[in-house]
Amino acid sequence: MKMSKGQMGRQLLGFAVAGMALVAGGTASAELGQPAPWEWTLQESASPVMDYIIWFHNWLFIIITLITLFVLGLLIAVAVKFNAKANPIPSKTTHNTLIEVAWTLIPVLILVAIAVPSFRLLFLQLDTPKADLTIKATGKQWYWSYAYPDHGKFEFDSLMAADKKPRLLGVDNEMVVPVNKVVRVLTTGADVIHAFAVPAFGIKIDAIPGRLNETWFKATKTGMFYGQCSELCGKDHAYMPIAVRVVSDQEFAAWVETAKKKFATNPANSFASAGGAVAQ
Amino acid sequence: MATGAATHDDHAHDDHAHAHPTGWRRFVYSTNHKDIGTMYLVFAVIAGVIGAAMSIAIRIELMYPGVQLFHEAHTYNVFVTSHGLIMIFFMVMPAMIGGFGNWFVPLMIGAPDMAFPRMNNISFWLLPASFALLLMSTFVEGEPGANGVGAGWTIYAPLSTSGHPGPAVDFAILSLHLAGASSILGAINFITTIFNMRAPGMTLHKMPLFVWSILVTVFLLLLSLPVLAGAITMLLTDRNFGTTFFSADGGGDPLLFQHLFWFFGHPEVYILILPGFGMVSQIISTFSKKPVFGYLGMAYAMVAIGGIGFVVWAHHMYTVGMSSATQAYFVAATMVIAVPTGVKIFSWIATMWGGSIEFKTPMLWAIGFIFLFTLGGVTGVVLANAGVDRVLQDTYYVVAHFHYVLSLGAVFAIFAGWYYWFPKMSGYMYSETIGKWHFWITFVGVNLVFFPQHFLGLSGMPRRYVDYPDAFAGWNLVSSLGSYLSGFGVLIFIYGVINAFMKKEQAADNPWGVGATTLEWTLPSPPPFHQFEVLPRVQ
Repeated sequence: MKMSKGQMGRQLLGFAVAGMALVAGGTASAELGQPAPWEWTLQESASPVMDYIIWFHNWLFIIITLITLFVLGLLIAVAVKFNAKANPIPSKTTHNTLIEVAWTLIPVLILVAIAVPSFRLLFLQLDTPKADLTIKATGKQWYWSYAYPDHGKFEFDSLMAADKKPRLLGVDNEMVVPVNKVVRVLTTGADVIHAFAVPAFGIKIDAIPGRLNETWFKATKTGMFYGQCSELCGKDHAYMPIAVRVVSDQEFAAWVETAKKKFATNPANSFASAGGAVAQ
Repeated sequence: MATGAATHDDHAHDDHAHAHPTGWRRFVYSTNHKDIGTMYLVFAVIAGVIGAAMSIAIRIELMYPGVQLFHEAHTYNVFVTSHGLIMIFFMVMPAMIGGFGNWFVPLMIGAPDMAFPRMNNISFWLLPASFALLLMSTFVEGEPGANGVGAGWTIYAPLSTSGHPGPAVDFAILSLHLAGASSILGAINFITTIFNMRAPGMTLHKMPLFVWSILVTVFLLLLSLPVLAGAITMLLTDRNFGTTFFSADGGGDPLLFQHLFWFFGHPEVYILILPGFGMVSQIISTFSKKPVFGYLGMAYAMVAIGGIGFVVWAHHMYTVGMSSATQAYFVAATMVIAVPTGVKIFSWIATMWGGSIEFKTPMLWAIGFIFLFTLGGVTGVVLANAGVDRVLQDTYYVVAHFHYVLSLGAVFAIFAGWYYWFPKMSGYMYSETIGKWHFWITFVGVNLVFFPQHFLGLSGMPRRYVDYPDAFAGWNLVSSLGSYLSGFGVLIFIYGVINAFMKKEQAADNPWGVGATTLEWTLPSPPPFHQFEVLPRVQ
């Protein structure tokens, strides 16, 4: 934490430069599937659910910005018009039925305008369509295990890789899925509660010991997509990232073949029928 | 004042009933609501400084990517946990309910003291014991090989059971038991006092809104805290006596703990803010020199917020895997809260509208409260929607949201109340210049801390992280710099208090003029040891 004056100065200078860059360039240079420096919006979408979330959040953002500015405007108006100098004699008004009814009913209408798309989004998220493949993600202190029951019943561990970029997001064995396919993710926890989250897909679901939770996504773009454990799970909570590689169908089929061999004898395998691995 | 003279007369022939002890006995044995209120406030200031120091340590850690301070990551989690518990149970609650509630509920309703003065004493003295247990928990083992509770203030099982085999969590549980008992006793005391000891003529519908706010708050306490007590007792037996309430291995369910916790936890966050609503109402009315606009609406909006607060708890749990129908219900119920909250915001503005406003320090804090609470409120509406909360749950967006309503809402209300009643409590005027500096430095500081955290959350930064991917560095730096400025604000606050006690500028009975119409302003500053021995009559 200790740093010299020069270092501090450089940090502050860098901060100022970065701030100006933000103003000048915006945050358009975001890389897909991960957060971007000075980003102030949701991550770029890579699934239909996230498309809807972004649209709905924009809608909410307009509403809450207008409400906040309206309240701020009223406060400024009050401060200007009704300060003791401008208005030495206070009025005695304490009631106005019309305005009281209005500020009760208008918020109700605004809430209805929020609730309708909100429920649509909710059911879009929670009604899982027919899945093309299922992956079981098990949260453990402090890494993830991914099992592929539909593709030869292999399972492997996915640990943070200190040598990979982006720092704290790269893992040794990524979860691999085909593009444009409905992937059902089942989650559970091996020890304490973890949470499986990939912001670009708009998913987050707790991995709870003794429970099997379900979510789904359909990745519409290929590439690397990162998330992080999103439920406090102990000391290395910050060091169990989720990395999903989205590939074409052919690449996925090829990966499955190599993965089957590579992870055949993985002692982490939790499939009872997977042969020798569990016998030890 | 006549009441003061009466005290001295009584002292001569009725020493037992009107003992006026001095020295340490005055406080340790105190049954006087004002002395106990003062002790609560001093306790809250001390705990607040400790909690604030912890938050600054957290911000130092997060100032740059990589690990700066907490090379033992568990210790970082202990700081996050303790910061939360201390600020909630040992700063905001003691300040608002124990401190201002004790001081001003009896004064505002024209009562000589609280209904159960001795119970009032034990309510307070349980708190230092509770705080001591929490501090002790940080020196015994929690997670294997590391000291303290690092399970967050929510202490979710199984991280708080099998995840923390050491005794630290047991200390924390017992600490919460004591703090809970303290609050329940206090709640009983306030309910009895408010229902039975109002001065002749003061009907419920004539009570000042601060008293209304305390009444609603203590009902929430009385109904929600026993649920927490049950939940943490089950946690205790799971940990030590082989029960499996929250362990799937034995047929229990980790989610049961979350449901019980949030059934307490959601009313709890309204407990933290409702007395602030009451204080802000008094202050806005005083400095606008106008009665509160829509008094009944204001009172029943608080009752409504308290009532709805009991049926929205699972909006903290949208990602645990609840059915779509359950989530839809909690979305709808949660959004309903926006309506009574809106009534309050607009009524405060309507109170100021047409007024003759003096921007004294308490008024600045109150107006700051309205704006920042609105900001925290609208992000609450965003989070109420389970569909959007899916991406924001457990991110810094949530951290920003609840700090806007608590750190910038509740704390601003506490400072508003502090400056408003400081002349009454101490008998001395504070310095307006120092008070205003305190306000503006804090206002800029806390906004720098928390506004960028919205961006971090939207961009996906999870909360309770000791280290973060490099992309989050920018806004984290801004946030940390803001926290140092806010810390400087705390120093200004302390300097202002010392300054007021050194200068000893006598405060008038009513330093605020015609707008201050509640009963406490009819008494001297500070009020006599016992007041209202002849009950005031309210028209």
